[in-house]
Amino acid sequence: MSDTLAGLLQVGALVLLLALVWKPFGDYMARVYSSEKHWRVERALYRLVRVDASAEQRWSTYAAGVLGFSFVSIVLVYLLQRLQPFLPLGFGRGVNGDTVPAAMAFNTAVSFVTNTNWQSYVPETVLGDTVQMAGLTVQNFVSAAVGMAVAIALVRGFARSGTDRIGNFWVDLTRGTVRILLPISFVFAIVMVAMGVVMSLRSGVNITAVDGTQHTLPLAPAASQEAIKELGTNGGGIYNANSAHPFENPNALSNFLEIFLLLVIPVSLTRTFGTMVRNTRQGLVLVSVMGVIWAVFVALAWLSERFPNGAAAQAAGAAMEGKEVRLGIPSSILFGVSTTGTSTGAVNSTLDSYTGGAGGIAMLNMLLGEVAPGGVGAGIYGILVLAIIAVFLAGLMVGRTPEYLGKKLGRVQITTAAISILAMPTLVLIGAGLAIALPSTLNALNNGGEHGFSEVLYAYASAANNNGSAFAGITVTSDFFQSTLAIAMLFGRFVPILASLALAGSLAKQRRVPAGAGTLPTDGVLFGVLVGGTVLLVAALTFFPALALGPIAEALS
Amino acid sequence: MTIDLQERPTPAAPAPVSAGAFSPQQLVASIPEALRKLDPRAQLRNPVMFVVWVGSVVVTVFAIIQPSVFSWLIALWLWITVLFANLAEAVAEGRGKAQAESLRRTKRETVARRLDGSGAEERVAGTDLRVGDLVVVEAGEPIPGDGDVVEGIATVDESAITGESAPVIREAGGDRSSVTGGTTVLSDRIVVRITTKPGETFVDRMIALVEGASRQKTPNEIALTILLAALTIIFLLAVVAVAPMSSYAGQQQSLTVLTALLVCLIPTTIGALLSAIGIAGMDRLVQRNVLATSGRAVEAAGDIDTLLLDKTGTITFGNRQATELLPVGGASLRELAEAARLSSLADQTPEGRSIVALCAREHGLPGEATAAEAVAEFVAFTAQTRMSGVDLTANLGGLSVRKGAASAVVRWTGAENREVDAIVDEISDGGGTPLVVAEAASPQGADARVLGVIRLSDVVKPGMRERFAELRAMGIRTVMITGDNPRTAKAIAAEAGVDDHLAEATPEDKMALIKKEQEGGRLVAMTGDGTNDAPALAQADVGVAMNTGTSAAKEAGNMVDLDSDPTKLIEIVEIGKQLLITRGALTTFSIANDLAKYFAILPAMFVAIYPSLGALNIMHLATPQSAILSAVIFNALIIVALIPLALRGVRYRPTTAANLLRRNLLIYGLGGVVTPFIGIFLIDLLVRLIPGI
Repeated sequence: MSDTLAGLLQVGALVLLLALVWKPFGDYMARVYSSEKHWRVERALYRLVRVDASAEQRWSTYAAGVLGFSFVSIVLVYLLQRLQPFLPLGFGRGVNGDTVPAAMAFNTAVSFVTNTNWQSYVPETVLGDTVQMAGLTVQNFVSAAVGMAVAIALVRGFARSGTDRIGNFWVDLTRGTVRILLPISFVFAIVMVAMGVVMSLRSGVNITAVDGTQHTLPLAPAASQEAIKELGTNGGGIYNANSAHPFENPNALSNFLEIFLLLVIPVSLTRTFGTMVRNTRQGLVLVSVMGVIWAVFVALAWLSERFPNGAAAQAAGAAMEGKEVRLGIPSSILFGVSTTGTSTGAVNSTLDSYTGGAGGIAMLNMLLGEVAPGGVGAGIYGILVLAIIAVFLAGLMVGRTPEYLGKKLGRVQITTAAISILAMPTLVLIGAGLAIALPSTLNALNNGGEHGFSEVLYAYASAANNNGSAFAGITVTSDFFQSTLAIAMLFGRFVPILASLALAGSLAKQRRVPAGAGTLPTDGVLFGVLVGGTVLLVAALTFFPALALGPIAEALS
Repeated sequence: MTIDLQERPTPAAPAPVSAGAFSPQQLVASIPEALRKLDPRAQLRNPVMFVVWVGSVVVTVFAIIQPSVFSWLIALWLWITVLFANLAEAVAEGRGKAQAESLRRTKRETVARRLDGSGAEERVAGTDLRVGDLVVVEAGEPIPGDGDVVEGIATVDESAITGESAPVIREAGGDRSSVTGGTTVLSDRIVVRITTKPGETFVDRMIALVEGASRQKTPNEIALTILLAALTIIFLLAVVAVAPMSSYAGQQQSLTVLTALLVCLIPTTIGALLSAIGIAGMDRLVQRNVLATSGRAVEAAGDIDTLLLDKTGTITFGNRQATELLPVGGASLRELAEAARLSSLADQTPEGRSIVALCAREHGLPGEATAAEAVAEFVAFTAQTRMSGVDLTANLGGLSVRKGAASAVVRWTGAENREVDAIVDEISDGGGTPLVVAEAASPQGADARVLGVIRLSDVVKPGMRERFAELRAMGIRTVMITGDNPRTAKAIAAEAGVDDHLAEATPEDKMALIKKEQEGGRLVAMTGDGTNDAPALAQADVGVAMNTGTSAAKEAGNMVDLDSDPTKLIEIVEIGKQLLITRGALTTFSIANDLAKYFAILPAMFVAIYPSLGALNIMHLATPQSAILSAVIFNALIIVALIPLALRGVRYRPTTAANLLRRNLLIYGLGGVVTPFIGIFLIDLLVRLIPGI
């Protein structure tokens, strides 16, 4: 079987599988968040933390819950890292024989709480199993659940009418974790182990290689983290090589399953949205927009890698540098486009070695604002905000005050949507502009010229979009990078969240306007084209100059 | 869009919105005002244009420090951009000012004859009048202030306000009691109770309105301004970030180039035209003799979901008309027509005239009484007989002919007639009014014989059905309001093609209906003129009061139609939609333009660093300087080019939202992408000839 055919079959199987689970899984999630009943274990949790699970919250209270929970999480993860020498299963790991330094610990804490999973550290030498399991894996679950909760709150804003309540954050957080993330992760962790992903509390094993040299292969509780790493679109590997490491991603099937896992929640949440607003076609439109962008990007990146313009790569027949030979180009591209499109940021190949075209696609995928299909929750609230902008302009063009799902879009809605959309470009452009202006940055770069610039731009795009994938080729351990990237992650996460929750509050208060022939239809092909066009146009207009100086210049040379 | 349905032969035909003439002279005349608006305080209202203003200052300073042909030209064209934006607003305001000027002429100093408590007259200045004062106005005198007639009846010339030269009647009590200050009494004497303080009269409000003095941004305009501000911020960041990125790559970008890029990217086209669009929207209403008390009301008009229309005068002609003759008992149609005509010759009611007209039209009978007929003895209608008719002289046959209500005529003939009863019931069921025609040998009804029945119907104005179908396509539901009984109402509603009707409607019913619609999230528009309409007018989202109506009605509504034409509501809705469409279309156009500007400016900026980026120069612009200058010039010229469109409004055709969107996306979205590629290319052909570029 040719490489291309195998790749196409893999894409086809992936799309088919996602299409099969879209409806049942999406509806299941809608029931999870709409159900009146609490599970026994949930009631126990609510009692433990003294939460009144039956009380619905205003958007401000909900937002305070999100912020408070995330703040406490950052402090805890930070302390766990700093106190590593006193914790069991530390294996004496750290930086230069000491514990994790403050800047790195802060960056990592922020990174995992914001669902970014940007890693400025080398996991197998810096962090022990306790920090990995109690700190990072826990955040992999709850940061994903926070994103989903915010998305559901926004969807409730559309679904409800004449109320100032948008749900209970603690209930949404708990249900997302207990009923969605934990069961699926549990099953897939076992599947991973069966396929050869390691799961061990031993520090490592000593082996003698075929050439007679001694090596220590670090082991880790990888399988349990691997499942949620993909399912929660986190992406923080327990090994530095991430999913390119055979202990995390041993074979083609595990590679396929990992791609499926990182796409399944963002894709199915569109169905949840459609079901909750009682118009499933609305969800179908959004998932189509996401799917088309994803498919086009896969195709473009694939072509760029298959027909590269460098002399060495042309001699080899394809751009194979930085890719696992056992996975090949299609599996690497499929993984790369899916991971940058979902804010996962896990990688199974080195993006830095991609051709200008494919590297640019990976970057653009993030710069779209993570909506194709986006992170768990973040994808749907991201695309809904962009849809609001699209509806506003298009709605004007049909001669009515624009309405989306029966809610009028006025001053408050446009302000909150604008703030949400402004956050990411602001952070990326200021961050990258500032970093590139500093002489010290040049020392941190492995490459000069347009490629060097791409590395800096990529870092801030990844942080501000809470993606976490790295272009590599740039050393980000300086205090400047650690702190500015952490700030980009924090604001890139919480500004859109606050704006989305404020938006949810303003929408829930409104009465629903019944749709008529004069209302802009938002469940057809035309609207899909409109939203897709808006997504691409906003990103293109914002980042054209920056991309021209990086990947575009590289791709054209 | 036409003013009067009755004058409209083909209602489905595209209706051009009269733009009001827009001529280049207006541009020239507005230049002084545009220059005055260069004041930064005037610019602060508009965030997009303020950025351009600041950019112009920066580039000018830069050009003084490091002079070059290029930087001076960029500076010049940036200032021209600001000027063009000011020009757009000044032209729009200028048209209002001219109208305000003609209104102000009506506000000449008047002397009022005020009545004191004892009924004695005293002369006071019109400006000294207080609410509640009673003033006397006689033929030839101007009315000193807004008020209600409390005594007398007079003809009034309201042409100063309405432009309509035919005088109108104003009388005490009832729905025709309100008078407007500045209008003139032509005959008789009336006593007016002043209802408005001087300075707040109708004319004062009109002046403020058309001048735009009290113009406040409407909710939708505010939302759009926020979006434009957000876009401006994004582009500001994108341009600011270019500076260090370009330096890193090996070339410093001059402030002139960066400012030029910024001004080209931010949505200057819509930013420059936004307020002109709003002013022009109000202006289009004023041109149709409709005054809106706020821009908000005009915007709401575009959102209307339900239209409440009064049947009489709006959907049907005011009067019932003869539409059919139905002979009975072996009488021929000709016989019936002759008798019907005879009986109606002296009947000067609209119904009577319509019978004569029908006989003349369809049966070729004379439309006037002949000399012989003129001497016949006519019997007038009385409330007792409920019949009218004629007793012919012997030389014309000596017969007596009567027409009237079925029961009255049947009693006159002295015999029950099942055939007549059946037809009468049929006509009543269909919403019509039956008139029975009979003849007899004597005025007392001897040897009487029923000839047939005349059907009088409410005649639906031509084109209404199509109009309602258009409204339905636009997503607007029409509800007919009538005092008729349910049976009649239903028949007329079906004939006119309205979506729903409310029969035997009282003002309370109307109010309840409005509230019910609004609870369902719908926006309601209605017209009204009577005092008892006032609460409903106030409750409706768009309440259009007729100028002939009471001052209470005019106070309660948020629009006044000076022509008192209830069908104008449909046009008001279209103007509201047009306003929003124009904003959306020009915003889309403005943003779509950016793509071409990037392709012009980015290669120009970066080609020295990365020669490969020259591939992006798909327009083959001559030099980096000519490329940037051409983009800036295009950006300025497109504003002037679109001023007529902003003032006239984007063409609107009633159709479904999806069709409208497809059409406008194609024209303004795709057109917005393509146009600047062509425009910049053409401008570059000229610009490259400038020495030093």
